[in-house]
Amino acid sequence: METKNVMIVGVGGQGSLLASKLLGHLLLNQGYDVKVSEVHGMSQRGGSVVTYVRYGDKVASPIIDRGEADYIVSFELLEAARWLPYLKPDGQIVTSIQQIDPMPVITGAAKYPEGLVEKMRAAGAKVDAMDCLALAQEAGSAKAVNLVLMGRLSHYFDLPEEAWQEAIKACVPAKFLELNQKAFHLGKNA
Amino acid sequence: MKQLMLGNAAVARGLYEAGCCVVSSYPGTPSTEITEEAAKYDAIYCEWAPNEKVAMEVAFGACLAGKRSFCGMKHVGLNVAADPLYTMSYTGVNAGLVIGVADDAGMHSSQNEQDSRHHAIASKVPMLEPADSAEALEFTKLAYELSEQFDTPVLIKMCTRVSHSQSVVEPGERVEQEIRPYTKNIGKYVMMPGMARLRHPLVEERTRKLTEWAETAPVNRVEMGGTKLGVITSSTSYQYVKEVFGDTVSVLKLGMANPLPVRLIRDFASRVEKLAVVEELDPIIENHCRGLGLEVIGKDVLPMEDEFSQNLIAARLGGTVHSGAALEDVIPNRPPVMCAGCPHRGLFYTLSKNKCTVLGDIGCYTLGAMPPLAAMEMTLCMGASVSSIHGFNKALGAEGEGKTVAVIGDSTFMHSGMTGLANIAYNQSNSTVIILDNSITGMTGHQQNPTTGYNIKGEPAGKIDLKALCKAMGFRRVRVVDPYDLKACDQAVKEELAAEEPSVIISRRPCALLKYVKHKAPLRVNADKCRGCSGCMKIGCPAISMREGKAVIDATQCVGCGVCQQLCAFDAFESKEG
Repeated sequence: METKNVMIVGVGGQGSLLASKLLGHLLLNQGYDVKVSEVHGMSQRGGSVVTYVRYGDKVASPIIDRGEADYIVSFELLEAARWLPYLKPDGQIVTSIQQIDPMPVITGAAKYPEGLVEKMRAAGAKVDAMDCLALAQEAGSAKAVNLVLMGRLSHYFDLPEEAWQEAIKACVPAKFLELNQKAFHLGKNA
Repeated sequence: MKQLMLGNAAVARGLYEAGCCVVSSYPGTPSTEITEEAAKYDAIYCEWAPNEKVAMEVAFGACLAGKRSFCGMKHVGLNVAADPLYTMSYTGVNAGLVIGVADDAGMHSSQNEQDSRHHAIASKVPMLEPADSAEALEFTKLAYELSEQFDTPVLIKMCTRVSHSQSVVEPGERVEQEIRPYTKNIGKYVMMPGMARLRHPLVEERTRKLTEWAETAPVNRVEMGGTKLGVITSSTSYQYVKEVFGDTVSVLKLGMANPLPVRLIRDFASRVEKLAVVEELDPIIENHCRGLGLEVIGKDVLPMEDEFSQNLIAARLGGTVHSGAALEDVIPNRPPVMCAGCPHRGLFYTLSKNKCTVLGDIGCYTLGAMPPLAAMEMTLCMGASVSSIHGFNKALGAEGEGKTVAVIGDSTFMHSGMTGLANIAYNQSNSTVIILDNSITGMTGHQQNPTTGYNIKGEPAGKIDLKALCKAMGFRRVRVVDPYDLKACDQAVKEELAAEEPSVIISRRPCALLKYVKHKAPLRVNADKCRGCSGCMKIGCPAISMREGKAVIDATQCVGCGVCQQLCAFDAFESKEG
């Protein structure tokens, strides 16, 4: 199988590392070669962060370049727009509509662009946008946005529900399992 | 069983399997997780040392005593540890000694983009360079074999994309090593001129033997494919080359960065029509090839700066370049920021308000240089704030002393701020040093240090009292302030700058991200009271923004620190309880 590419993007501290851990576990169990590339250090302090997940028969590069992503999963709307050039022409965006002002917007040096979902669609991207923060809060914690997004992404993957459930069990601490399972389902069925 | 493993975790696994017993390191992105992961194996003694030089010397002592040892650091950390490294090359080892160093091409979290391979060449120490996690594990074990066979420390060079990528590994079992009894050997271990002169020829002879080893070593491998182009490459660059060209080109993948083979490269060059070298940062393999009289494509088409990617290789060497759509809108940058509730914020606001000249250092607080605070004007390397302020004030005299401060974190102060402070005390400049004590090593992801009272496993440990330390160094004026208290900060900064003797301010409050730190409920803005003056925006808190002319607080980020409350002239920020 040709290598497939999933980018997970967001704002440092939003929990993208758990999402990539879950995807990595899931895809390795399906028998794929997998590479996951993360960012640690300074960017984690509220900066723009990106994680690359690649899977297929044999994966070489650990990163995803412009025009290569089959999926972009985004925790924040502006970040989806920022990484849009990395999406393949027929790629799919799954994004939360949450907006977090970056410092240049807070200081007034820049404006947060409006109508990003429509603009990304006009640029040819398939965009699945939803209020993941509200769903995460409904599941019991604002921190569960990552599982809401994974639930939504599972729509587009041809994998059995049990495989996702197994991966969630393996990657989430036992005391938060129920909450995360709920978040996954709310995302999946939204 | 096959599992996904971070490159750094794979090095740690390699340490475990190789029977390594002692690990001493200083944290630094992207190297930190090697030591954090090693600490999860009970069979390995692990510690955070105050700096990389100490760590390397601890590892040297352990190998001298007869047990396999390791120290890990980032590229700039190897500069700090260069002193022991260059002479350990002469002494050699007793049991195996391996040094992990992680470069940061692209400067994801670093102050420069130096290439550690230069240190390997200059110190004449062999260096292995894995390209994924499986190799990281395998090469770490091999490094111990080489170390003991050739009587030398061995460097393992990682980089951000190998350190922080997970790929598939198959872990093995630990093989315990018999202790190699320490024996007194003054000629080998006491490096004074008479002895060192006798050791140097052995170092040169060792490099000749290692070069011979490199000619046929399995870590240097030829993958013949199409012969129109042959590519010599290593590390993560190898992965990009394979991604772009697959088997359509021939590849010589070098797993050993120093010493480089000669016959192997000549032979490979003779089998291809054109030769290219693909290596991030400096042209080390390329210059080696040119030295052999070979014609190569290299830095004439590839950059010296930043990291590579598959599109870059494709664009420069003739492959398929991918592209995607972009919006017409300008997408605002999202630089990293001090977190909501960060204790550094109140102090930097105070420095900004007092128009201080701020000489800074390495850590989360370097973000104090970013707008709107913009309250740091120099950052060089670990500890430089404390040493530089002394020079700054000696040059400018009273003009500088009255408004200049040095700021340095607790961990950075332990790393190399103390020696600078000793210089201020000894050579007497009227300098004001502020230690930003957030009770943890923050930027690298919360590592303990000598001031926190806990060791790498979170167990109680020795705790250095910063105030007592500064007093013992001869500072009479040492005071502690809470950076959440803006009035107290302002008073402390004004008084210490005015004082006619050197002083230390310890700005003390634990990092807001520490698990044990209890947060208050998020504040809210009373829209009737808010006049939209934007006074609260001066502190650059990511939880506060202006919407329709009024300040609003993002309740998912706010930790109720109350710094904005102290700034608001209209009492618009209210606690939930109130």
